[in-house]
Amino acid sequence: MTALLRAEAITKRFGPTLALDALDLEIGQGEFFALLGGSGSGKSTLLRIIAGFETPDSGRLLLDGTDIAATPPWARPVNMMFQSYALFPHMTVADNVAYGLRRAGVKKAEAASRIAAALAMVGLAGFERRRPHQLSGGQKQRVALARSLVMRPRLLLLDEPLGALDAGLRERTGFELRALQRETGAAFVMVTHDQEEALALADRVALLDGGRIAQVGPPREIYERPASRFVARFLGAANVLEGRAAQDRFDCPDAGISCAGAIPADTVAIALRPERIRIAAAGEGPNTARGIVQDVAFRGDDSLVLVDLGGGATLRVAHPEEGGPPPDRGADVTLCWEAADVVPLPS
Amino acid sequence: MRNRLAVLLPAWAWLLIFVAAPAGILGAIALAEADPGVPPFRLAWSTAGFAMLVADDYYLGAFLTALRIAAMTAGLCLAIAYPMAMGIARARPDRRLLLLALLMLPFWTGFLLRVGAWIGLLRDEGWINGLLQGLGITDAPLPMLYTEGAMLVGMVHAYLPFAVLPLFAAMLRLDPTLLEAAADLGARPAVAFATVTLPATAPAAAAAFLLVFIPAAGEFVIPELMGPSEANLVGRVLWQEFFQNRDWPVAAALAVSLLVLLLVPIRLFQRLEARP
Amino acid sequence: MTRGRFVRAALMAGLLFLWLPILLLVAYAFSADRIPFQWGGFSLRWFSALAANERLVEAALLSLRIAAGAATLAVLIGGAAGWALARFGPFRGRGVFGALIGAPLVLPEVVTGLSLLLLFVALETATGWPQGRDVLTVLLAHATLGAAFVAVVIQARLAETDRSLEEAAMDLGATPFTAFRTVTLPLIAPALAAGWLLAFTLSLDDVVIASFVSGPSGTTLPMALFAMLRLGLTPEVNALGAVIVLGVGAMLAVAALLLRPRRG
Repeated sequence: MTALLRAEAITKRFGPTLALDALDLEIGQGEFFALLGGSGSGKSTLLRIIAGFETPDSGRLLLDGTDIAATPPWARPVNMMFQSYALFPHMTVADNVAYGLRRAGVKKAEAASRIAAALAMVGLAGFERRRPHQLSGGQKQRVALARSLVMRPRLLLLDEPLGALDAGLRERTGFELRALQRETGAAFVMVTHDQEEALALADRVALLDGGRIAQVGPPREIYERPASRFVARFLGAANVLEGRAAQDRFDCPDAGISCAGAIPADTVAIALRPERIRIAAAGEGPNTARGIVQDVAFRGDDSLVLVDLGGGATLRVAHPEEGGPPPDRGADVTLCWEAADVVPLPS
Repeated sequence: MRNRLAVLLPAWAWLLIFVAAPAGILGAIALAEADPGVPPFRLAWSTAGFAMLVADDYYLGAFLTALRIAAMTAGLCLAIAYPMAMGIARARPDRRLLLLALLMLPFWTGFLLRVGAWIGLLRDEGWINGLLQGLGITDAPLPMLYTEGAMLVGMVHAYLPFAVLPLFAAMLRLDPTLLEAAADLGARPAVAFATVTLPATAPAAAAAFLLVFIPAAGEFVIPELMGPSEANLVGRVLWQEFFQNRDWPVAAALAVSLLVLLLVPIRLFQRLEARP
Repeated sequence: MTRGRFVRAALMAGLLFLWLPILLLVAYAFSADRIPFQWGGFSLRWFSALAANERLVEAALLSLRIAAGAATLAVLIGGAAGWALARFGPFRGRGVFGALIGAPLVLPEVVTGLSLLLLFVALETATGWPQGRDVLTVLLAHATLGAAFVAVVIQARLAETDRSLEEAAMDLGATPFTAFRTVTLPLIAPALAAGWLLAFTLSLDDVVIASFVSGPSGTTLPMALFAMLRLGLTPEVNALGAVIVLGVGAMLAVAALLLRPRRG
């Protein structure tokens, strides 16, 4: 994978707040990349720096090896789909899509065919003369996409691309985005606060926290092997247990359990995914726990069981449907898991 | 950025010359000494102008009268505007625009013409007296023009639309489900009004009051044309000092004092406006 | 519901209070009687008397010229100020800038008028300009007043216009100037027109500030009208009122037709 965009030690402050803290990042040619993070994580600032709406205080931003940190937005071969879509309300759909081509001085005939192709690509042929207020949310999103894609950008930035859509439309639009990305061969960089969206769409995900990258990697890797307590918690649903590392063992005194396995000495906590925990008839020793069922929530293909281990610790357990009916509230249960499912967290 | 400077520099220059400088000069001349030359003052560090304002009951009275009349005007406007704003806010959306137009149109017809119309209605040989005498209710004209009442009518007429607008906006913003929730929780309409609508629109009511009070406190034209000759509001006194007595330092001192006096209501108004 | 009826009645009474004097003023303009607000049969004589009153006609033409000039200047300055306040973020001196542009909104007219006159006198003493006070000084004063209102209108309009529209334009290759010309300007054009009309009306309506900063050759229509009203009401004022009310009505009707939402 050759790097299309390289961010080197990008720092950006807004008054007293440090939005980006010496951040390094590489995005490959034709890659679908997701910047994931909560509000204030710096993901939007990074996107706006790549687009050119903010200038970094220090650091370099290399596109194909050229530093573009000081290039104004109108001179960058990078286009953006805005969260609000930012369709020009006083122009028709066709004029919106034509806007960038006109700025670039593309000849009328060529522009017309490119506009038609772009609108056809997003499934909006025949909508040329409509105005933005006559479109549904999903249609607006497609016009915004077409308006960016018609510029044939090397890099397309998408700010919360599915954020304004109904739940039903999200899944379909997500697949369409991936298809468009493969078709155009452009690198897509998406900002989102929704970890499911990031994991489902992207080839690689960078999770941002406090202006730094907490972890970057393919979705499966981030999900399976979180690098820190923050990542494990942000990616949702993992049980994070604090404790002490001993030789080949990790003890959680609060929960009264201990995990055996390959535990490095610098481990401060472990992550345990709910779907890796089984409810067993009996058992003792490491990688087991006993507790009282606090509550059970049916979720369709599984049930989420909250087990109180005493000492203030609870474990979330996903009990699959094929495993029979879940235990009742108040039941005394034994839990067990494989040593390989224990994810040691160094920070 | 260069682009920003091109926008900001002319605007800054204009504001410094035509807003900031006049204020400074006004302050300087308020501290100057009257002088029978041209222009009729000599720059100095004299507080004689201000001392006169404090010493002479005439000036003190001018401020008090102005504040009283302004408060009465603003109170009357608020009392009339509140139900009007409510009426417009409750009207069908397609009617609202028409009602708002009817409210604001008199503003576009000219302030002095409206004062002239009231003069035509109120004076001794005016329309109302003609009507009263024609119907045999009175047999001599009632003196109505050049009274404090006439002055108040004129001022309320001039400022009323400006009191309605902030109230209307607040009532439009008021979430109707709040009233439904109040009703659901057992409040009768009158109680819901007193416990939900009134508190929610109180800041707008204060803004409406101040929006009338601030300009009314310095009003000159209506007291001059419709008020009794003894109604010496500060705006009128300032005018006389300047145009008749040619006492620029006292006129400037009056202006500065009026400004200082209005500073509190102005700040209050701006705070209310800045609320989300 | 009785309260609903009360509110409606109060609204109607309030509107009647606003409109009755104006309607009577216009109606009695067509009365032949020499005493205003007395019906002496239908006549247009006061309109011809008005047209023959050279002083008033001249003052009206002067006022229109001043108002047009002041409104145009006000749109340029107030538009720039409103844009800066809405879009430039926390630039240096922003607080002072905002206070200065908004000051004429809250200052009593007598204070604005007096302080501007003192400025012109001081400027003349110091630089020899402006030589005396007349049309130009009134125009400058009215432009300052109007700019305050235009700035508020433009700032509000820009505040409700999605800022990412301008960013989208730049993202698609437009320089800031092109983005302003092709996106911002068309979107705020109605607000600019409204601001111009507001400044125009304020100028046409002002007697106090004009009285302070005007000179012998700069008697505006409101100043002339004010002098007439001081002496009492004449039927010519009725006629003038009718002309203005009907003129404004016609203008608004045209504006409503032009601004009528098009199909869709």
